[in-house]
Amino acid sequence: MRFRFAEASAPLVAGVGILLLWEGSLWILSPDGFVLPPPSDILGSVGENASELWTAARITGWVVVSGLVVGVAFAVAASLLVNRFRLAREAVTPLMVAVNAIPIIALAPIFNNWFGLTSPRSNQIIVVLLVFFPVFINTVKGLSLADSSQIELMETYAASQWRITREVRIPTAMPLFFTSLKVASSLAVIGAIVAEYFGGRQDALGPMITQAAGLTRYADAWAAVLVGTIVGTILYFLAVAAERAAMPWHDSVRRGSI
Amino acid sequence: MTTEAIRATDVSKVFNLGKTNQVAALLNIDLVIEPGEFVTLIGPSGCGKSTLLRLIASLIPTTSGSISVNGKTAEQARLDQDYGMAFQKAGLFDWRTVAKNIELPLELMGWKSSERKARSKEMLDLVQLGDFGNHHPAELSGGMQQRVAIARALSFKPSLLLMDEPFGALDEMTREHVQDELLRIWQDTDTTVVFVTHSVPEAVYLSTRVVVMSPRPGQISTMIDVDLGGRNQFTRDDPGFHQAVTEVRKALRVVGA
Ligand SMILES: Nc1ncnc2c1ncn2[C@@H]1O[C@H](COP(=O)(O)OP(=O)(O)OP(=O)(O)O)[C@@H](O)[C@H]1O
Ligand SMILES: [Mg+2]
Repeated sequence: MRFRFAEASAPLVAGVGILLLWEGSLWILSPDGFVLPPPSDILGSVGENASELWTAARITGWVVVSGLVVGVAFAVAASLLVNRFRLAREAVTPLMVAVNAIPIIALAPIFNNWFGLTSPRSNQIIVVLLVFFPVFINTVKGLSLADSSQIELMETYAASQWRITREVRIPTAMPLFFTSLKVASSLAVIGAIVAEYFGGRQDALGPMITQAAGLTRYADAWAAVLVGTIVGTILYFLAVAAERAAMPWHDSVRRGSI
Repeated sequence: MTTEAIRATDVSKVFNLGKTNQVAALLNIDLVIEPGEFVTLIGPSGCGKSTLLRLIASLIPTTSGSISVNGKTAEQARLDQDYGMAFQKAGLFDWRTVAKNIELPLELMGWKSSERKARSKEMLDLVQLGDFGNHHPAELSGGMQQRVAIARALSFKPSLLLMDEPFGALDEMTREHVQDELLRIWQDTDTTVVFVTHSVPEAVYLSTRVVVMSPRPGQISTMIDVDLGGRNQFTRDDPGFHQAVTEVRKALRVVGA
């Protein structure tokens, strides 16, 4: 977990190298920058449209974060219920499997009809649904992996089921939960932007991309994609930080992997 | 008349009753253990030692027969936290520090934080891990982890200790040290101990009575009283000790171990 210059600079060097290669090869292959603009154009567009991009990032970011928080909260609550009550497990699991099979992003135009074309509500719900399943499935699995001898030990202390969940099942589930949280944080950004293609506020990142691409202003479209990438990266590293804070005892954290 | 620490009457245990993988683990076990006894269960692998311990702990139900602990049902004794248990596996919680592992039963019993800390420190010194309170179990060797599990079982000074091969993972030196500590605790407090082991010398060194079990189905084959008085560094060289060891070995040969 220590911060070393060599470790931190390696991805930086790699990143700059890729950008230079990109810029250089376009110079030779496609000087008009029609399909793929060079990074310098994209950065230029970010500079020109900074205030619109900042507004869009806040609007889309809010859809992402609110959807992520609500989706994860529901997923954790549902997995605790399903783990605790066999009846809930039997009643809910087939339903979950069926709902999980729905291509959720395809529901965006339908939800827009329900909640109004310019309301961000439908986009939030898309994000909630997208985030729910990976977190739910992994957390249920994690809770069920609790060591039976540790549970027996708790039973020798006459601990309540809830106490056993708190002391044994939840800590056991943490590694899988945080892995799913990292997956969910990327899914949330994808879900929010794609859902915005179909409706919601028009000054969000999604509409910026479709509008710019429609007008063949590709550098502007890529600038919006870049901002979306930054939102996703920030969320990912927030999830990593939360993981490290929540389970400093775990091998993967002690060895500093992400 | 004092109440017996444990009374098992005609206890049988069948796993997966009525299914194709049915296993008769224990058959017609009668065993009475008085308060203050140190009883060791020994016998070939699979003869039902762990099962008997788990029945006494009320972690699994009997198929027939009844078990009372401290004059109550085994279930009630569990709910009253009458016993401490150490398992074959250390079973420490990776997410708790060593000290917090030892304090776990105390937390569940509602002890105050300062009292818990004092007790876990005392227990850590007892198992010679005084400097490791703030470490996580992953940083400890297998034998050290096992000592933490023993400290955890002893932490609330229960009147009954159920121990399933707790010293299996320890090296000879540590093992003898922890044996002596266990005997000291047993003598100082009036704890009753039921102890499972595979080691004949360990059984003889520790116990007032050795219960030899036979497999398929698990039954009590012989009980051997051991009367060596107070143990010390000379006990293992004592002719009486060797005689008892030979006696237990003979009983084990009879049951095919
Ligand atoms: N949960 C269970 N389900 C089915 N069978 C079981 C279960 N627990 C134990 N058994 C069976 O009961 C028998 C006795 O097992 P037990 O664990 O009590 O043996 P043991 O004497 O402790 O052996 P060891 O010395 O190897 O620890 C074995 O045949 C075992 O397969
Ligand atoms: Mg066993």
